[in-house]
Amino acid sequence: MANKSPAVDISHLRVVRGGRTVLPDLSCTIPPGQVTGLLGPSGGGKSTLIRAIVGVQKVQGGTVEVLGQPAGSAALRRQVGYVTQAPSVYADLTVTENLRFFARVLGARTAAVGTVLDQVDLGHYADSLVGRLSGGQRSRVSLAVALLGEPQLLVLDEPTVGLDPVLRRDLWALFHDLAAKGRTLLVSSHVMDEADRCDRLLLLRDGQVLAEGTPHALREATGADDIESAFLALINRVGWQPDRQNGTPVRTRDKEVAP
Amino acid sequence: MTPRVTLAVAGRVLAQLRRDHRTVAMLLVVPCVLLALLWWMFDGNAGIFNSVGPPLLAIFPFIVMFLVTSVTTLRERSSGTLERLLSMPMGKADLLLGYALAFAAVALAQSLLAVGLTVGALGMDVQGSVLTLTVVSVLNAVLGTALGLFVSAFAETEFQAVQFMPALVLPQLLLCGLFVPRDALPAVLEAVSDVLPLSYAVAAMREVQAASSWTSDLVLDVSVIGGSALLALMLGAATLRRRTA
Repeated sequence: MANKSPAVDISHLRVVRGGRTVLPDLSCTIPPGQVTGLLGPSGGGKSTLIRAIVGVQKVQGGTVEVLGQPAGSAALRRQVGYVTQAPSVYADLTVTENLRFFARVLGARTAAVGTVLDQVDLGHYADSLVGRLSGGQRSRVSLAVALLGEPQLLVLDEPTVGLDPVLRRDLWALFHDLAAKGRTLLVSSHVMDEADRCDRLLLLRDGQVLAEGTPHALREATGADDIESAFLALINRVGWQPDRQNGTPVRTRDKEVAP
Repeated sequence: MTPRVTLAVAGRVLAQLRRDHRTVAMLLVVPCVLLALLWWMFDGNAGIFNSVGPPLLAIFPFIVMFLVTSVTTLRERSSGTLERLLSMPMGKADLLLGYALAFAAVALAQSLLAVGLTVGALGMDVQGSVLTLTVVSVLNAVLGTALGLFVSAFAETEFQAVQFMPALVLPQLLLCGLFVPRDALPAVLEAVSDVLPLSYAVAAMREVQAASSWTSDLVLDVSVIGGSALLALMLGAATLRRRTA
């Protein structure tokens, strides 16, 4: 699996949003069949990178290739599942009504509705109005929608925010199940303690890849005990200094940490 | 475009509406109440009710659908569901036609009630068939829906969306021939009213009232209404972007 071509291949991606350069010049790859964690502080460009991969973000330069095709291609709309940070489901419909609707749009089997309900553990809420659910439950409905079409690539923007530890554990188990079936997952989080649940990490700060590699390799290379410390060590090592002139960092990214 | 997806959108919009009992009640009851109020105002004067009734049968569905659609689509834009749908295998036409279909169904119910009330109970005098009256009325509602879809792209909040009603609909109401016959308007205003779709909606209603068959004027008016709705839908499609900044 390791030698297969990357699921996502980004080179020299440049994105400006609202006059601010969010991603100045980003290059990275995401291997297939693994759970890649996209970690970094809020405002570091995680959501923008995710939007560029899904193909809903206007980009100013560079290329983003997803499953061998340019991001946003019509053919990819069936193969990429996308979950935004805010749950994108209809609050005035029940959980089942939401899933049935999206299943019809995707041309998925009706049976898929029951399957994804179980996967996100919302079977008991099938007939509840989404607007009456808690924030965590709503985001699981949103996740269930993304699972409907059995997409090859799942891109999840902070899917575990506000979930209790048991549910978080179960969802990560689901993510690894999916990866074991050959699907590729990109999961963003600003919570560093989720890092160890990923097969591979992409640390993003100020729109640049600070490091990429397995959690183990990142800890080894920095001599840190956990990813949070490794993150700090990496920032100190490269002498990270935001360029006050235009708000973008002056240093290019660190070399990839060998596994 | 995929019929399966178009129908899925229409079904979903109707399911959402079904949950909102108050809105459904307002959609169906308010036009009837207003028409009854009008009949009562001109107590016993059938002539005035006959001349004002048909234009209002055109105007009410237009205004109501314009408002409901612009707010509903704006909600879809701001909730992130629009972005999600556009990242899925869904054509823009599927979304717009789905909305148009759903609201046309509501408009049909609304028109049947309003036409039934004015022609049946309040004794409005109509030469044309009730069917033609209903068809023209529904078409006007679809026009309102199409315009509402289009303007929702230019509103960032529901407050702004609601303000488009006085901005875009009231001028059409003033110039459509309800208050002053269009040929009696100052030349400039008459020219303006010539390009406003509501003028043709009101004219069509008057045609149905005056003649028992489809006159060439009626065919022309109905074509203009349908064409305007189609144009507004196409403009609406142009405002749907799969990629945003």
